[in-house]
Amino acid sequence: MWCRQARGSVPRRLAAGGGRALAGPSQGAVSGELLRHLEHLALVDFRDREGVERLRGAIRFADRLREVNTDGVEPMDSVLEDRCLYLREDDVTEGNCTKELLNNAREKVEEYFVAPPGILCCPECDLQLVSHNSLFSVR
Amino acid sequence: MAAAALGCGGGWRRAWRRGLGGLVPVPIPIPIPALVHVAVPVPACRPPRVVARNAGGGAVPAGKSGLAPWVPVVGLEIHAQISSNSKLFSGSQVQFAAPPNSLVSFFDASLPGTLPVLNRRCVEAAVMTGLALNCSINKKSLFDRKHYFYADLPAGYQITQQRVPIAVNGSLSYSLCIDNKMSQMVTKTVRIKQIQLEQDSGKSLHDDSRSQTLVDLNRAGVGLMEVVMEPDMCCGEEAAAAVRELQLILQTLGSSQAIMAEGQLRVDANVSVHHPGEPYGVRTEVKNINSIRFLAKAIDYEIQRQIEELENGGTILNETRAFDSKLGCTVPMRDKEGMQDYRFMPEPNLPPLILYDTKSLPANVNHQQVVNIDWIHERLPDLPSAKRAKLVELFGILPEHSFTLVNEDGLTEFFENVLKQTQMKPKKVIGWILNDLLSYLKQHSCTVKESPVSSVLLADLLNLLEKKEISASAAKQVFEELWKGEGKTPLEIVKEKQLQLIEDREELEQICQAVIDEHEKEVMAIKAGNQKIVNKLIGLVQRATQGRSNPVLVKQILEKKLSE
Repeated sequence: MWCRQARGSVPRRLAAGGGRALAGPSQGAVSGELLRHLEHLALVDFRDREGVERLRGAIRFADRLREVNTDGVEPMDSVLEDRCLYLREDDVTEGNCTKELLNNAREKVEEYFVAPPGILCCPECDLQLVSHNSLFSVR
Repeated sequence: MAAAALGCGGGWRRAWRRGLGGLVPVPIPIPIPALVHVAVPVPACRPPRVVARNAGGGAVPAGKSGLAPWVPVVGLEIHAQISSNSKLFSGSQVQFAAPPNSLVSFFDASLPGTLPVLNRRCVEAAVMTGLALNCSINKKSLFDRKHYFYADLPAGYQITQQRVPIAVNGSLSYSLCIDNKMSQMVTKTVRIKQIQLEQDSGKSLHDDSRSQTLVDLNRAGVGLMEVVMEPDMCCGEEAAAAVRELQLILQTLGSSQAIMAEGQLRVDANVSVHHPGEPYGVRTEVKNINSIRFLAKAIDYEIQRQIEELENGGTILNETRAFDSKLGCTVPMRDKEGMQDYRFMPEPNLPPLILYDTKSLPANVNHQQVVNIDWIHERLPDLPSAKRAKLVELFGILPEHSFTLVNEDGLTEFFENVLKQTQMKPKKVIGWILNDLLSYLKQHSCTVKESPVSSVLLADLLNLLEKKEISASAAKQVFEELWKGEGKTPLEIVKEKQLQLIEDREELEQICQAVIDEHEKEVMAIKAGNQKIVNKLIGLVQRATQGRSNPVLVKQILEKKLSE
């Protein structure tokens, strides 16, 4: 992440858990409820030991951001912030490629994509949702 | 937090009274000066009808606190589909009812490697709408991602404007008639929290028999303007009037065609009730409302349901409910596993949207790349409220008449066309337009464009009336004939049915004399001083002449004869 102003940007080595007050779990503590919530939101199953360890590691890594003093610095949320947002003319230039699009679909009915019924499943539901990213397995 | 600031002027005291067949709520509006700013000194909100009945058919009885007043709070979230050729972030076409997945680009299908490109027309539509609703236009607005999983949202997120939308802090004024009469109208205002640009999702068709969902992405990515209103309203009628006015404004601007039946205008209602002075109650969200009429019904039902639930000691769940139009009630829609967490994040692929005005416009700029708020402002068409004011000023008609004229598509034009071709005064013409033409149109479910009676024909008819060649009742008969659309002119019909006013004074005198002779009792009453009975005699003469006598003349003749 880049800071817009380089004021006080040298990270000070702080003891873990010290420094500015942290909101939320500190020292990588992740409650079971939070885990369930995250799994539900992301439709990802990672509640095994390795998954939780990785999550804790990720939180610890991200927490290091808090070591930087950002008082009075406006957050930057896009590296494109100084670019001009290009405006397109309102012309029809795309579409009409039903066949190509449906080529990718594992299942189709006439010219519709087919999806399983319902979506927001609790982890307890037995629903096979195959996403195009096979890295995720969903229970 | 103060109760609804600019909405209903008071709470309702629901005093339960034993009416015929059960308990009947009696509304007694109470002003609450400490909490509420009332724009108009009249609490115009009408209480809902009792729509909920228990299994036995009687009204649900009041709880222990039968006389505690309730303040309903209604807020609306309206999604209006932008009227444009192509979608918000891609070049695929926007069209209702096309072969499934034929209007879908690679971006709309969320294929990897595609990026959003903002459609200028959508920005202009949002700015126009913001200006028309008295909003402040944010010269810098941002795009965000709202994440949730659903089959018709291929990306797994919707691009919207959650942090800094394009327009904020506006207002919408609308009018209601009190007591169901058109004669008393009151103006109310609802605050607009914000207007934001966002993508529409595709459509899912649920096939329960085969346990699958069919997905059509034609609608995915179409530009939407979400108009968020503050909870300033208190009943279904107010919400319906506000939405109707918004619909008219959008259609006048052309930013959206706002046809609810085609899904171009979708309204979700947030409803809660509380006692005055207490914090707002738990709200429910009501969806699946397909017309303005159902909007009012759904809201009133939900208010009623919540009041009854609370009065019976129950609680209101913060849930989403769907309106079932056939049953006229709301039903829980999906299991609420707590509040949805959309994990909003800035859209990394889009820089901020910068808008300019004449002052901030940089020199040497490519005009195609710039949206100038002032330029758009100058070109705003007359809004419905301005049109109504003009009609009242130009033609001297009543405000409530102007509402009906502007409300009905094409009626104002029809009215103005008739005026151009007749000498009859606007105040008289408007009666024919609203009472005769409009009621026929409604009876036969026709639009003004489909009217078998054209403005030319009506003008001809009114001219005959104005020149006193026919009486008013004869004119109504002619109008009925004209409605059949057989191509005859008013004059032809008059001749055919012999509806011309009797010119021959002697003939009239004979008929009058005959009526006098046959109604001795009435004559005696008149001579004894009861002048009103003269009208009865006039009516009898009219009947005898089949509507072909001039009532003023008949009155003269009768009075002369009776005084002899």
